[in-house]
Amino acid sequence: MLDIKPISKASGILALFAICTTGLVALTHIQTKDKIASEKERAIVRTISQIVPPDLYNNQIAQDCLMVENHQGTQSRIFRARLNENNTALIIETIAPNGYNGRIELLVALAKDHQILGVRTTAHNETPGLGDKIEVTKSNWIEHFAGLYVTAENSKKWAVRKDGGTFDGFTGATITPRAVIKAIKETTLWAAEQESLFSAKSNCGA
Amino acid sequence: MTPLQDISWQGIWKNNPALVQMLGLCPLLAVTNTVINGLGLGIATLFVLLGSNITVSVVRNWIPNEIRIPVFVMVIASLVTIVQLLMNAYTYQLYQTLGIFIPLIVTNCAIIGRAEAFASKNSVGLAAYDGLMMGLGFLLVLVVLGAVRELLGSGTLFAGAELLVGDNAKTLTWVVFQPDENFLVAILPPGAFIIMGLLIALKNKYDKRIEHIVVGEQEKTKIERARVTLES
Repeated sequence: MLDIKPISKASGILALFAICTTGLVALTHIQTKDKIASEKERAIVRTISQIVPPDLYNNQIAQDCLMVENHQGTQSRIFRARLNENNTALIIETIAPNGYNGRIELLVALAKDHQILGVRTTAHNETPGLGDKIEVTKSNWIEHFAGLYVTAENSKKWAVRKDGGTFDGFTGATITPRAVIKAIKETTLWAAEQESLFSAKSNCGA
Repeated sequence: MTPLQDISWQGIWKNNPALVQMLGLCPLLAVTNTVINGLGLGIATLFVLLGSNITVSVVRNWIPNEIRIPVFVMVIASLVTIVQLLMNAYTYQLYQTLGIFIPLIVTNCAIIGRAEAFASKNSVGLAAYDGLMMGLGFLLVLVVLGAVRELLGSGTLFAGAELLVGDNAKTLTWVVFQPDENFLVAILPPGAFIIMGLLIALKNKYDKRIEHIVVGEQEKTKIERARVTLES
């Protein structure tokens, strides 16, 4: 007859290990949860402070966050900058889906009149040395958008020079700047059409 | 050679997990585009290896042989998750850079290899020391590979040190030279393969000489003793 004793013993030990190891992971999770959340928030605030002048807002910007469906049909986070309850700027998370190597994640800051305050790349997989000039640490290219407007009249000029636009690309990479410029243009045009981005109730936040 | 010396010798040179056992090459080749990235992944791997060797050695006598592999896997997986959570909390930006390669430490065969080959057969102290030395051997290769690639590719060393040790470390970045164009091959994965190959070749070239320096004396005494036994 089959002796089932060793089998039950082995499964018992295995179960015990599963409980112990999962318990340890759970414990670490509880210990680090708040710290991770605050680090995430600090990362957001750090990037925002690079593109929005500090005298434009004094609210808890990382908590004043709105999750809405954007022009691409995906959920996007929008942070609202306010100075003493006056609306001053919108910081919109957006994605350029057609980078040379997949998605490029961007943060676009718009003043109340939809002037572009600044743009930053937050995540990308572009080729090091070529397409990664969209990072502010590698080149000042991304800073050229600050102070510009996108209007129905000039939207055709929002393209790289090669496509008849006014923006320089960079040597060896055309697809990357093309994708970034298109994303900034579309995001800005979309935001200009929305009316409740400032007034809607905050529904996310780090 | 004492057992401890032998373990260090095996881990760092003779049986180096990256150069000789060729384990964990996926994260090794993918993240070593700078010294700091290599160092970050190296330290994370070292901690997991140390922790898993200790745990496996502690429980080695209570685990029936049939279920040892699932138990090892469970121990390693939970340790990696813990390291991942800790890095996410305390070195947030480095965690963002290393990203997917931290969870991938689970699949680093060097770790389960040491658990099975060494920790499950040796005392806790020796297992911990073995984990430390194997981890150090892996870390050294990551750092050297990262240094060569960073130097060739972008002309710097220790770029991004602030990711690992905080903002005051920004001054650590050492600009060796400023190339007009980055040497792309060194930064991209193919460069990692080529430079890794060169490192292995270099190790093999000097293998005999270094082995002679480190264990040479030892070998001689052994031979003498053998002759004495034969004569007597």
